[in-house]
Amino acid sequence: MRSSELLARPVRLPRHWAGIAMIILLSGCSTMQPPKPWEKGQLAKPEMQFDADPTDARLADHIYTSKEAGSGGRGVGGGGCGCN
Amino acid sequence: MMRRAALAVAFALAANAAFAAGIGDPAPAFALRDAHGDTLSLERLRGQVVYVDFWASWCGPCRRSFPWMNELQRRYGDRGLTIVAINVDKNAADAARFLERNPAMFAVAYDQAGVTPLAYSVRDMPSSYLIDSRGKVVEVEHGFHDERKGPLEQRIQALLAAR
Repeated sequence: MRSSELLARPVRLPRHWAGIAMIILLSGCSTMQPPKPWEKGQLAKPEMQFDADPTDARLADHIYTSKEAGSGGRGVGGGGCGCN
Repeated sequence: MMRRAALAVAFALAANAAFAAGIGDPAPAFALRDAHGDTLSLERLRGQVVYVDFWASWCGPCRRSFPWMNELQRRYGDRGLTIVAINVDKNAADAARFLERNPAMFAVAYDQAGVTPLAYSVRDMPSSYLIDSRGKVVEVEHGFHDERKGPLEQRIQALLAAR
C-alpha cells in the first residue's frame, strides 16, 4: 500500500464515539459557575455598567423617546401607578 | 453502581449542609489575618457577642454600614461586643483605600481567597452574622438596611445582658 492511499483512507471510528466526545466536550460547560456575591468586584466597576455615563444615557433615552413616540422600556418599570 | 451514585449524592448533600450558617447553627470557625498581621480567630472570641460582617470596597451599602458599626463598637465594646469586619476584596490596596476614607474603629480581617464567605454561605454584600457568647448564629442580615439598625441593636443589648 502506498502512503498516499493510507492518507486517503477515511478514519473509521465507531459511531457512538461522536456522542461520547460531545458529552465530554459539553461537560466542560457545566463547570462554569456564576461569580459568588463576594466575587463581584470587577462587575461593580463603573466601566462595567451598561450605562457608564448617566448624562449620555439620559440623552440617548430622550432621543429614543422622541423618535419612537413611546417612553420607558429601559430598565425596570415603576410601581404600577401608570405614570411615567 | 446505583449504590455508589446514591452515596455520592448523599455526600454532596452533607457537604452542602455543612456550608450553611443559618440561625441556630454553630458559627463556622475562621482564623484570618488582621491589619497588623496578627491572626484573628473566632474561637478566641468565645464568650463575647460577635458581629461578623462581610464587606468589600466596591460595595455601596458597606460604606454606609461603617459609621453604624463604629458606633456599636464604641457603645458596647467594653460590655462584651466584638465587631469583626471581614474584607473580601481581591486586591488589598482597594481595601486600604476604602479604610482611609471610611475609618474602622473595630477589628478588620482579610480573606482574599473567599473561604470564610463560602463557609457562611454569604448571599448578599454586605452580609452580617450576629453570634452569641456560645458561638451560635442568632441573626443573619442580608444587605444593610436603616430600619434594621434598631432591632439589631436591641438584639445585641439582650445578648450582652444574657451573657
